[in-house]
Parts: sequence; C-alpha cells; structure tokens
Amino acid sequence: MSAFLEYLGSYWDFLTQRGPNGELTFDVLGAFWVNIQLTFWSGLLALLIGVVVVAMRISPIASLRITATAYTNIFRDIPLTAVILMMWLVVWTQLGVTFGGKMITDFFILAVVGLGLYHGSFMAEALRSGVNTVPLGQAEAARAIGLTFMQSARMIVLPQAFRGAVAPIGNTLIALIKNTTVASVGGVSIETSSVMSGMIEFGPQFIFLVFLTFALGYVVIVIPVGMLSTHLSHKLAVKR
Amino acid sequence: MIEKLVKAHRLRPRAEHSVLFDSPGPRTKRVIAVANVIGVALVAALIYYVGVQLGEKGQLDADKWRVVVDPQSWTSFFLPGLLNTFRAALVAIVGAIVFGLVFGVGRLSMNPLLRRVCGTIVEFLRAVPVLMMMLFLWSFLGRMGLPNPDFWAVSCALILYNGSVVAELVRAGVINLPKGQHEAAEAIGLTRAQALRYVLVPQALMAMLPALIAQLVVALKDSALGVAIGYSELLREAQVLGTPYRTLQTLVVASTVFIIINYLLGKAGEKLAARMKGRTSRLTDDFADDIPMNVSALASEAMLAAVDRDGYNEQNLRGEPGWLDDDMFETPHR
Repeated sequence: MSAFLEYLGSYWDFLTQRGPNGELTFDVLGAFWVNIQLTFWSGLLALLIGVVVVAMRISPIASLRITATAYTNIFRDIPLTAVILMMWLVVWTQLGVTFGGKMITDFFILAVVGLGLYHGSFMAEALRSGVNTVPLGQAEAARAIGLTFMQSARMIVLPQAFRGAVAPIGNTLIALIKNTTVASVGGVSIETSSVMSGMIEFGPQFIFLVFLTFALGYVVIVIPVGMLSTHLSHKLAVKR
Repeated sequence: MIEKLVKAHRLRPRAEHSVLFDSPGPRTKRVIAVANVIGVALVAALIYYVGVQLGEKGQLDADKWRVVVDPQSWTSFFLPGLLNTFRAALVAIVGAIVFGLVFGVGRLSMNPLLRRVCGTIVEFLRAVPVLMMMLFLWSFLGRMGLPNPDFWAVSCALILYNGSVVAELVRAGVINLPKGQHEAAEAIGLTRAQALRYVLVPQALMAMLPALIAQLVVALKDSALGVAIGYSELLREAQVLGTPYRTLQTLVVASTVFIIINYLLGKAGEKLAARMKGRTSRLTDDFADDIPMNVSALASEAMLAAVDRDGYNEQNLRGEPGWLDDDMFETPHR
C-alpha cells in the first residue's frame, strides 16, 4: 500500500517537474487548452461550412446541389488523417502556403482548416437530418394560411429543423473534440496526444498513469458535452 | 384525373426538397435556370482557379504524376498498403463485434454490478480519442516486446473504440425492440438469458447490420491513424512513396482509394437497410428511414441518438431501472 502511495507520489513529481526556467516540463493543462482552442475554431468553421453546404444541398438549384453532395460525400469518406496529413505535407511543404507567422502558428491554422473541412460535411449532414425531421404537412400548412416562402422558412420550417438537429450536432461536436488529437499528425506538437507520447517516452515506468491522466481529461470534457447535448435535444425536441 | 394526380405525387422529389420549396411555377423555373448557370460558372471558376494555382507551382506536370501510374508504385506501395489497411480493419470489425456483444449484453445483465462495470468501461472507451489509445497501446505493446506492435496497436485501438460503439448498438437494438417480443419470450417460459440469446439479441443484430457496415467504414477510416505510429497501411505507404516532393500526387491517390471504397460500402449499407425492412419486428422500420441519409458514421449515431432521446442512457447511468423493468421496453414516443 505504502509502496503504491510512493509510486503515486513519484508520478506527481514527474508530472509537476519544472525545467531550468521554471516552466513545466510537461504542460498537461496547456496541451488540453490547445485542443480546446482547436475545437473552438474548427467547430466554428465546420458550422459555417455546414450551414452553407446544407443550404446548397436543399436548394432547388441543381448545380449547387450536386456540388454540395460531392463535397459531403468526399469529406465524409476520406480519413481525417489524410486531410490533416495533406494540410501539412501538401499545402504547407509542397505548395508552400504559409501564414507569415511562426511554424507552429501555421500548423495550428492548417489543422483548424483541415478539421473544419472534414467536420463541415458532418455538420451539413446533421443540419440536413434536422430539416428532414420537419414533416411536409408543416410547410403545407404554412402555405395554406398564406405565408410566403421567407415567412414559412423563417417561422415554421427552420426553427423546427434546428431543434431536430441539436442531437446530431452534439454528436459531431463530441467527435470533433476527440479528433483534434489528429492535429499531431499535422505538426501541432503541443497538443495532448503528442504531449502524452513525450511523457511516456521520458517516464516509461508511469505509462499507465500517464494514459489514465489524459484519458480522464477527455472523459471530463466529453461526458458533460454529451449530457448537455442530450439534455438540450430533449428540451428542444418538437413533440410530434 | 385522379390517376394523373397520383402519378404527379409519385413523381414529386422526395422529402428534403419539398419541405422548403414548392414545385416551381414558370417564373421560378426561369429564376432557377439563371441561378443554375451562375452556380455552374462559380464552381467552374473555383476549379479553374485551383487548377491554375497548381499549374503555376508545377504540380500538374506529367513528370510529377508519373509516380502514380508507375506499376511499381502500385505493386510495392499502394497495394501492400491497402492490404494492411484491410487487414487491420477486418480484425478490428470482427473483434469489435465480439467485444460489443459481450459488453452490450453485459450492460443488459440483471446483475447490477456487472451492468455498472460494463457501462463504465463502454462510456470510458467512447470518450477517449482513438489516436490516444493507439499511441498508448503502441508504447505498451512495444515495451512488452510483442511481435508486430504496429499492427496490434492499430487493431486493438480500433477494437476497443468500435467495440464500445457496437456494445451501445446492441443495447439500443434490444431496448428498441417492441415490448411484445420480450413478453412473448417470457410467456413461453424462456429465462431472461434465454430470451436475450434466442429472441432479442438476434433480432437486434439483424437490425444492426447496416449500422455495422457504417462502423466498418469508420474502422477503415480510423486505420489511417496508423500513420502516427508508422504502421505501413495505405496512407503511410503513400506518404513514404511521395516524400519529399510528390506527396500531393500520392496522397491524392491514397485518399481517392479510401473515398471509393467507403462510398461503395456506404451504398451497400443503404441497400441493405432498404432490404432489411420488415426482417425484424419493428426496429428497421424506424431506422430504415434514418439510415439512408445518415449512412456512414452517422448511421450508428442515429441509432444511439434514438436511445439517448428516449432517456434510457441516463436511466442506465444512474442504474435505476434495470432491464427487468417493464418500462424499459415501452415503445418510445416519436
């Protein structure tokens, strides 16, 4: 028992050790902060892409619809790793696209773009499944009482569609949070999975504790988001 | 007259277009035609712009693309890589089904401790990023001195994650079966374990087939995470082949192969979902409507969401009604 406590104690020392300048050797919280920032920006981008793509997808204009369908099918079926790898090896290395900042800023931005493009297709599908929950009768009733297209869209169809889309958007958000770790493949070396690998490298005797530390970090982030999205989707659900 | 109306109704494009948009009149038809031309022009301009940019950087030179059509790149890189991708995904999906059955049924068990333990493990595995499990397993297996740690790290990480999703699918499948199935099994004197084994789980599995195909797509896509630990699957081989100045070309090929395979699997899932209609007592009727639009990763999410919506998830987390309670089998309001 005391040997175990000692082991835990030495892990704590390992976790909190500082370099010569007083900075943490392994900045676990900082790593999680990077993933949260990645989630925020790429989530915003994905939502934006999702709204535009779904608008194109449900529009009666064939060319836009085909483009949106192609986009969704491509990015839904491509591995995220391939997208992120391309951002790094193709866009940054081979095509030389930079954003003028430091290398790490470039990688961060490219990872955000890659994550946003990939999850944009899932956001579009989530929103579309929301639109599909609205029964045709709602639109017909709106027309029957004389509402114009804009009125029916704004007051009848879209509000119900957004409510129906809450659960799938929540699922996409959870997938996004976890998928931000893939940014490590694109050169973002200060996020959680890279920091975890580094810690296992330097402290192989703590391999289980290190994994548990990071895994519990994700449990703490993901489960509340899941509960919130379930709660909201219940609360906002349209009774039919 | 009536036949004509019925015919017109049948010809009407399905749901998504008609909720927001009426059948266009003559004026709207003209507006749509003009918008269509503008849309085509915009898309063409975008493709042209990207093409010009790539051309200026010399990426469209035949020299750069030679590597893609060279038979040796296929025999030494792409095809062996693809084989390894399939190998990992296959082991992953088979393992995930076994894992999912064990833990899914465990979560439906009458023993509250077993239920709680299985539930915690499944929730934990669903919340941890696959890449993280893969990196951990890779270090762990490597340090244990086991042979082929790359392959097993990829496969095991995929088994753990996809298995936890399959476990939820099994549970969702059983819970979503109509009450009568469980009652009938009880009425003919089956014990609960027998009822699960002979009546409920087989039906749930049948209904799950399309979602399982969707999960296979997820496994195929996630096997590409093997790049992070140097497992020589398709994407990794493409990266090695293309380094340093032909990665655009080789990665485009690898991605296209992934997209084609996953697209075809997705289509197969849709076909299957349509055929499954009516094979089990109720489930597919509900999900067959969801699955075509959600196929791929979203199909399983749709099934899980159905469980979440009915609140079984939280109930089970709190450990309140076990599956013994009748109300777990009540038909959810939709």
